[in-house]
Amino acid sequence: MKCRICGRKAAVNMRQHKLALCRDDFLEWVPQQVERFIQKYKMFTREERVLVAVSGGKDSLGLWDILIRLGYRADGVYIGLGIDEGIAYSGKSQELCEKFSSNHGLTLHVVDIRKEYGHPVPVMSELSRRGKGKPCAVCGLVKRHVMNRAAREMGYDVLVTGHNLDDEAAVLFANTLHWEGEYLLRQGPLLPGREGLVRKVKPLCRIYEKEMAAYTLLRDIDYIYEECPFAAGSTTTYYKELLNKLENDHPGSKMTFYVKFLKSRQSGLFVEKEKIQQSLHPCPNCGQLTSTDDLCSFCRMIDKISQ
Amino acid sequence: MSVKIIMRDKEYEVRPGMNLMSALKKLDILPEAVIATRDGDLILEDEILKDGQVIKLVSVISGG
Ligand code: SF4
Ligand SMILES: [Zn+2]
Ligand SMILES: [Zn+2]
Repeated sequence: MKCRICGRKAAVNMRQHKLALCRDDFLEWVPQQVERFIQKYKMFTREERVLVAVSGGKDSLGLWDILIRLGYRADGVYIGLGIDEGIAYSGKSQELCEKFSSNHGLTLHVVDIRKEYGHPVPVMSELSRRGKGKPCAVCGLVKRHVMNRAAREMGYDVLVTGHNLDDEAAVLFANTLHWEGEYLLRQGPLLPGREGLVRKVKPLCRIYEKEMAAYTLLRDIDYIYEECPFAAGSTTTYYKELLNKLENDHPGSKMTFYVKFLKSRQSGLFVEKEKIQQSLHPCPNCGQLTSTDDLCSFCRMIDKISQ
Repeated sequence: MSVKIIMRDKEYEVRPGMNLMSALKKLDILPEAVIATRDGDLILEDEILKDGQVIKLVSVISGG
């Protein structure tokens, strides 16, 4: 296969775009695409201060690299979850983030959950008895809360995460299977800022997971290849595999599934009930918006484990 | 005569002469879920595999 731009041997073939590119042209193409979607969904500008949530994985480090190449003012935040499980997962991830930021002369903020809240995430999960043996529910809650808090306290305009198209399509698939109305109303490339909540955006939402892996490899970015030990057998992985089977037989299916969802919603497929909007109020303890009656789920969890 | 294909801690062998697409199919690996490399270069599905080559597959799916 040959590169469509220069005719040299292609390194990446994107069947959903009917586009094969060589290494050099692919490495130019990805940032151009990301820039296009930052503009299209009005995510942020070059004047704003951007905080990238980095995990040490291919997507978030690749994204940070892309934003810097595009000339955005992007700093990083790493959340130390304290997941060790015999393979020093969090420790290694943190090292890779630190290495990337020092290699490129970038600012990385580190929030250590154990230091801030007394326990690593797996222990928090046990103490709060949420999530049936898997810390993922608590982990997600902690990450969302702490990322938002970090962005607010340090005065960033926008919080950026590395979710790629496969992540978004898998979440959409799960939400559709269960007809999660509220989530279907909110899921998207941009979540506007509101009281206590900073604007959240996903610049990779139209880039395939495979493309991000290729980008990170070709840019020689050292990322954590091992999975979080708790990710094994997750439903997200299962849905991604299902969607990849579909994609394999019908290139472009994943993309269509996600993009048409966004378009249909915009043209009124889902009508928003005012009730859903109004039921949100700021948590009396931390000030972040919540739909629960009193304290937000994060503060209730912290309350419970410190008793 | 064989081509070695490595994925995480697993090793497979396939016959030379087939292309990468057929090799992945034979091993029941979805091309969407992996990137294939040979001596550090990315190779595509139409690449004919030759005797003695070592192909490393990088899994692209991350869950969690
Ligand atoms: S797999 Fe679960 S525990 Fe591990 S990082 Fe993801 S959400 Fe957290
Ligand atoms: Zn080219
Ligand atoms: Zn709260």
